[in-house]
Amino acid sequence: MTIAIAMSGGVDSSMAAALLAENNTLRPAGASPAVVGLTMQLWNQRRLPQLLGLGAHEGSHASGRCCSLDDVYDARAVASFLGIPYYVINLEKQFEATVVRPFVERYLAGETPIPCSLCNSEIKFAQFITMARQIGAERIATGHYARIRRDERTGRYQLRRGVDRSKDQAYFLFGLTQEQLAQAEFPLGEMTKQQVRAMARARGLPVAEKAESQEICFVPTGSYRQFIRAYLAEQQRQPEAGAGEVVSTNGRVLAEHQGLHDFTVGQRKGLGVAVGEPLYVIALDPAKNRVVVGPDRDLFRSRCRVRDLNWIRPLATGDAVEADVKIRHNHPGAMARVEAHAGSEAFVEFLEPQRAITPGQAAVFYDGDEVLGGGWIASVP
Amino acid sequence: MKRVYLDNNATTPLAPEVFEAMRPYLLENYGNASSIHWFGQRAKAAIEKAREQVARLLNARTSEIVFTSGGTESDNAAIFGIVEAARGERKHVVTTAIEHHAVLLTAQALEKRGVSVTFVPVGASGVMDPQALANALRPETVLISVMHANNELGTIQPLEEIGHLARERDIYFHTDAVQSAGKIPVDVQKLDVDLVALSAHKLHGPQGVGALYVRRSTILRPLMYGGHHERDRRPGTENVAGIVGLGAAAELARAHQAEEPGRVAALRDRLEAGILERVPGVVVNGDPTRRLPTTTNLAFDFLEGEGFVIAMDLRGIACSTGAACSSGSLEPSHVLSAIGLKPEQARASIRFSLGRFTTPEDIDTTLAILPAVVEQLRSLSPHYRKAAVSTQHSAVSQS
Repeated sequence: MTIAIAMSGGVDSSMAAALLAENNTLRPAGASPAVVGLTMQLWNQRRLPQLLGLGAHEGSHASGRCCSLDDVYDARAVASFLGIPYYVINLEKQFEATVVRPFVERYLAGETPIPCSLCNSEIKFAQFITMARQIGAERIATGHYARIRRDERTGRYQLRRGVDRSKDQAYFLFGLTQEQLAQAEFPLGEMTKQQVRAMARARGLPVAEKAESQEICFVPTGSYRQFIRAYLAEQQRQPEAGAGEVVSTNGRVLAEHQGLHDFTVGQRKGLGVAVGEPLYVIALDPAKNRVVVGPDRDLFRSRCRVRDLNWIRPLATGDAVEADVKIRHNHPGAMARVEAHAGSEAFVEFLEPQRAITPGQAAVFYDGDEVLGGGWIASVP
Repeated sequence: MKRVYLDNNATTPLAPEVFEAMRPYLLENYGNASSIHWFGQRAKAAIEKAREQVARLLNARTSEIVFTSGGTESDNAAIFGIVEAARGERKHVVTTAIEHHAVLLTAQALEKRGVSVTFVPVGASGVMDPQALANALRPETVLISVMHANNELGTIQPLEEIGHLARERDIYFHTDAVQSAGKIPVDVQKLDVDLVALSAHKLHGPQGVGALYVRRSTILRPLMYGGHHERDRRPGTENVAGIVGLGAAAELARAHQAEEPGRVAALRDRLEAGILERVPGVVVNGDPTRRLPTTTNLAFDFLEGEGFVIAMDLRGIACSTGAACSSGSLEPSHVLSAIGLKPEQARASIRFSLGRFTTPEDIDTTLAILPAVVEQLRSLSPHYRKAAVSTQHSAVSQS
């Protein structure tokens, strides 16, 4: 059995690779390699030259640098340290088509998209699995903090949070199908980040002290607005809607904006409005190309519609379930009634109003540690 | 795991004799070849012996051989050197669409400096038509650069005809012979060529050293300044051990020139026939009658070339999708595109390149492993499954 590990050059996937390699040292000599390291080349960081060097000016030391040459170098160094075969595979075209372009389009449509979830279901657990199988690997592994369990009674695979509650990456994995879960392994699911860091140090992994990357990987400056501007300029496109109005919740025009993609729900800065009470973005209205602003209390809402649902524990259309629902990655979760609707939709009603429910973000439903399913927030009625 | 190396067009293993020749110049025989003393003189003598060995391989004079850091430098030195030394306001260069990047990108750099360049297309055979080249010539043409053997296809270009054309019109003629030197005869008199680039590591010599043949009385502007080495053609302290290695490799190649091309061609043909026999949906790219004895380039229907190379490597077989310098690039090979392959065919094309150390057992091992790897990759291709179903249908309807 051969397993392919997706290596980003960071400490998590490096340590995951180390654990797999250690498990496989008892294989008979001459057998094909048990663990193969693969790095996905997803985005050419030199592609949008306007963005080069901007990270430093913003003081963000360009931490989101996936696919930078440094990361490939680090991943290669780790593979060599572990003595496993290693290759770089180029998935730039697929990444742009299934992650980057939709990311930009959703922003232009007034949403706040989350590319990591799309990348997981479209790239890491689709293209990557295919590539792994092509080269002869039966299974794949990643450095996500999440767990997979097979329910012996139903035969279905469950997705669970990792034991490290501060690193819940199951949130980003809600889109995985049963087939994908059946082929995947998360070696770090039972560990905390602290333990992983300590194990990497104990083994002397070349990346043991490497800083965490937090930003969206293809946005090197940490500013998605700069990225969208640069990407649109490269495609010789203008945001279709362009400038529009900033209005209060009762429809009074307060200011002008330069494009919906500059705003996200809950945002306070950069509204161009000066009044006594602090104002926040309450909603983005793509039909009227308007930014709706209001006081903090107007951000609290109880309902949302969720589209493109993926159920990991199936729920029949018309049925409802009580679940702990997270509406963004750093949201602590809140109890809600989730009702499955036809057409892969769901209606979520929270027991208590939640602040800044944002279209484009993922709503993920949990029963304790188990991920029941999730989808994309479509509207906040 | 037994490993088989079928990527000799990327680089070749160092011949043990070459290593032995180099060893003293890495250890006890140190010395700067420009020094007056005994140490320097020994180094100088070693370089001059290597110069003779390389000159003999090319049927050239020793004074016409310039040592460089490799094929890429030699190509750059030849092309920039001729164009920048040439007189005239308007300058024109003719080359082909299938050159190695060492020539192609150099020609593109010339274009940015205001030189006009014609990239003559080639047909499906991967062999250029001298008439097409003749048609591209202009009164202001200062240089023709046509590779001897193509690195991806192995196809051999009609240099004699082109050399004749160049001589008639008094145009300098450069060839990138990096893939051919040491594998097939490169005779500068017969080919009527003024500049020839070659590289040691393609003929079982060390990496990082090469040579440029410059016909006597050719006026070249040097790429670099810094000393009077190599008759003012190439400054810098010589890579003595490397140059000695190139010389030894050139002499070995000459010694093997009678029997080696036939031996390796027979192995290549056996590999090619074996694949065609065992795997359906494979065609040979380029012209099978006019190519290096070491090379075959095959297009496999519905194959993901990148995945194939990795899958084969995990089973111990090294081959490639094309030029090593372009590995990891998404763009289909410019050579395969130039001979009319669609992007998906280009990405499904695999180069197997053999060398002096390839054995019949290597071919048997490869043939034993390859069909299952192809089948594994194809079974994961949705296009292949669709096509397999439709051929079954048509087979039924035909019978």
